[in-house]
Amino acid sequence: MLMNNLVQYIYGIADNALILGQRLGELCGHGPNLEVDIAMTNITLDLLGQTRSYYQYAADIIGGDATEDTLAFLRSEREYKNVLLVEQPNTDFAYSIGRQFLFDAFHLLLLQQLQYSQDETLAAIAKKSIKEVSYHQRFSSDWIKRLGDGTEESHQRIQNAINDLWTFTDELFYQTDADKAMVSEGIGVDVTLLKPEFHAHVAAVLEEATLQVPDMKYFQKGGKQGIHSEHMGYLLADLQYMQRTFPNMNW
Amino acid sequence: MSEQELEAEFERKIANDQKIEPKDWMPEKYRKTHIRQISQHAHSEIVGMLPEGNWITRAPSLRRKVALLAKVQDEAGHGLYLYSACETLGVSREELYDQLHSGEAKYSSIFNYPTVTWADMGAIGWLVDGAAIINQVPLTATSYGPYARAMVRVCKEESFHQRQGFEIMMTLANGTPEQKAMAQDALNRWWWPSLMMLGPTDAESVHTEQSMKWKLKRKTNDELRQQFVDQTVPQAELIGLTIPDPDLKWNEETKRYDFGEMDWDEFWQVVKGHGPCNKVRMDARRNAWSKGEWVRDAAMAYAEKQELKLETAV
Repeated sequence: MLMNNLVQYIYGIADNALILGQRLGELCGHGPNLEVDIAMTNITLDLLGQTRSYYQYAADIIGGDATEDTLAFLRSEREYKNVLLVEQPNTDFAYSIGRQFLFDAFHLLLLQQLQYSQDETLAAIAKKSIKEVSYHQRFSSDWIKRLGDGTEESHQRIQNAINDLWTFTDELFYQTDADKAMVSEGIGVDVTLLKPEFHAHVAAVLEEATLQVPDMKYFQKGGKQGIHSEHMGYLLADLQYMQRTFPNMNW
Repeated sequence: MSEQELEAEFERKIANDQKIEPKDWMPEKYRKTHIRQISQHAHSEIVGMLPEGNWITRAPSLRRKVALLAKVQDEAGHGLYLYSACETLGVSREELYDQLHSGEAKYSSIFNYPTVTWADMGAIGWLVDGAAIINQVPLTATSYGPYARAMVRVCKEESFHQRQGFEIMMTLANGTPEQKAMAQDALNRWWWPSLMMLGPTDAESVHTEQSMKWKLKRKTNDELRQQFVDQTVPQAELIGLTIPDPDLKWNEETKRYDFGEMDWDEFWQVVKGHGPCNKVRMDARRNAWSKGEWVRDAAMAYAEKQELKLETAV
């Protein structure tokens, strides 16, 4: 049972990195300038690197024929445990940056706690990832400021994106049963405790960007239990196409 | 110094293999030729991100996905060095983009072919990057300093990409019958376009003579093509794939491969903008540029505001 909870707990972290990486990968070569293209590709690479570390560890725990690739390419939509936020589409640059900013703010807080996990492997992956995610956070926060305090048009666009994405932020602090079990073992991070700091950080950046914190009472959740938005099936269809069409081959 | 003396000094530097640097005097034609060649090269890197970017979300393993992303990121980096090198000649990146988007400037014709299977990622690395290296290694010794220095770094990374591409092809060729067929199909589709990358035959190449003089070129297109064929055929044999050329055969006398005639009608069709993906590629670039305009405007407006804040704070 402990093993299963640990695997589920790892999915809850790793799937976020993979699905966000997959979304960012769609943008490669289509950015507003070359520097942004390079930076976004760099973030994608970091996230996929982290994904591989987590999945390799989960595959070791599962044993048998499990590999990083079976976990990525052969799990169904209902088995994916990423939050709804990361699967949201790249509607425009404001949505991509808004999504990144909200996720980075959470991700960094999570990793800063995860580095003290009783599980040595998770602690090590978190330590390595903190450096990368600090960079992601700087990039996305800087762009929030540029867009918020840029032109009238950019201000409006990023405010709209933040307003639309805000409904997915509460799920970041939702705990599954596996999460709770891992917290009680000293392995997992109690995400409910991260909420005040998340809000303080996000509010400070938005204020500097001359943007409003959305006033919202209704939130969406489900991703952590494998109940995803309608975007997710298409995303996985792309991601898994090769492994599903040509099963059991080496590439 | 008079114009004539300047020209003589310039010729002397070129003859002595000394580099021409941005602040040095140079003939106007030299400057223009370099702007044309370096910018075309930069544009090729940027447009070249698209056919490979097409497979990022569908790469068949996480390891391959990461490697492909890293490769496309390198290409964006190459574009960046090359635009910077080009800017030392007194042209702005915006002007260069305008030339690309208006169709005035060209990019490598190879990127107008579609990537239809995963094996195309292998074929592009192996063949397309292979042909690019043959073209580019001599440029590390070209006369214009900023271009030569950019090429040193570009060539190192391209060699790595080529090995990576060959490794993808080798894995497929040693894989299941389906995978081997996929690799052979990719080789069939990319072979001739790769040979075409080395340009028109010497008889039809308009810039060759001048480029040889300025050391922008050390060998003619046909010599480079022969070198590419000689180098690539044994690699194909090594992994059990067949070059799609019935006229290809080893020539004992010349110790080189003889090969068939290229389809020059196809070559000119693609160069003139009517290949399978010319429109798709240009639309993607123009779209990214126009959709990104509000983002660039925002960055500019923000930078101006920040500067103003700093000034008033002082």
